[in-house]
Amino acid sequence: MTTLASMAPAPDDTGRMQGGGQTAARSDAEHRLTVLLESSIAGDRQAYCRFLGELAKHLRVRLRKHLWRQDADLEDLVQEVLIAVHKGLDTFRPDVPLTAWISAITRYKLADHFRASARHGELFQPLDDDVDAPGASPIDSFEARRDLTRLLAALPSRQREPIEHMKLYGRSVAETAAKTGLTESAVKVGVHRGLKALTAKIRGKTHEN
Amino acid sequence: MRTEELIVILAAGPRAPSRSAVAGRLGWGVAFSVVAAVLTLAFVVPGGIPVHALSARLGTTVFWIKVALPLSITITALCVACRLSQPGVRVGLAWQALLAPFVVVWIVALTVLLAAPADSRGALIFGHTWRACTLNIALLSIPALFALMRAMRRLAPTRPALAGAATGLLAGAIGALTYCLRCPEMEAPFWATWYLLGMTAPTLAGALLGRRILEW
Repeated sequence: MTTLASMAPAPDDTGRMQGGGQTAARSDAEHRLTVLLESSIAGDRQAYCRFLGELAKHLRVRLRKHLWRQDADLEDLVQEVLIAVHKGLDTFRPDVPLTAWISAITRYKLADHFRASARHGELFQPLDDDVDAPGASPIDSFEARRDLTRLLAALPSRQREPIEHMKLYGRSVAETAAKTGLTESAVKVGVHRGLKALTAKIRGKTHEN
Repeated sequence: MRTEELIVILAAGPRAPSRSAVAGRLGWGVAFSVVAAVLTLAFVVPGGIPVHALSARLGTTVFWIKVALPLSITITALCVACRLSQPGVRVGLAWQALLAPFVVVWIVALTVLLAAPADSRGALIFGHTWRACTLNIALLSIPALFALMRAMRRLAPTRPALAGAATGLLAGAIGALTYCLRCPEMEAPFWATWYLLGMTAPTLAGALLGRRILEW
């Protein structure tokens, strides 16, 4: 718990963590998560489920310290990191401590997140914009706004399926084409149009609020 | 979507985790790059590969010393790129290893220049083909840059610009290695200048591209 919760991002801590993790005894949480991840990589889906669940808890504790607009962004970012962990699963090396691996991914996603908010000017909004209308919890309005499942469900299947296969499961174009029975160019077009449509939908809903 | 739902979807989703992913993807990228660079040199670059001149050069020691420069950069840059493609892996000593060929070639080049009479120093640096050299190396590294960036995209670099630069340098080193088949210059000051300049172009391109396309 202590190791994972206290991995505050410092610019050069990848090396330190790797060295530290190898010499010092690993914390219980790290050890448990590493075991879970090992069995996940060996193909145990239940272990993987538990691994992601526990990881999400640790991430919430850690990321809360770094965020401005706490509730809405927090879950968003936790999910981003989980997806990144999922996508990068085959870059995990047993000789690198789990903390160092997760930490590097989290730092990367956090930097990404700050860049994106800076681009959209959110960092410089006056503070009172953060206070939501009374009665609506921020997490509810956030979920209503960005409920990915519902947004995806509104897309035609030619766009939805390629997006699910490629962006969520990390399959290649060829694999997606084989799974969906579409041609490769139809898959690419589907992803492109689908993402465009999703962006438009999210934007539209944000403006309504 | 709730995080719990996402977790269920991710855990149920298919994936093919394999520990050899990094070595495999970059390895194939390098193999493809070398083949593509040789084919480009043989069929695209005017003049192609001079077979007779090359077979005469193969017997000389200095040819192999020249080959050692881009070859050592290829190996060390591959090592750095490989480490940058995995979250939480320290590059560490690989940086020094990557720097070593540059330092060595510069020391040798300066020694040669200082030992040579002043009026022949220009010829040692410029040789006969300095105009073509840098350009050809950059050209030969283009297919490699695409292949290796593609491989890198499917890995997990958490420092995209740096990973892109390392990938670009690897592509440039492969380009330079291939160009050795063609290059008639046998002086260290020439390599230290134009070979390294030729590798700089793909390195910069890689850093710029990395920032944009190595997102995951």
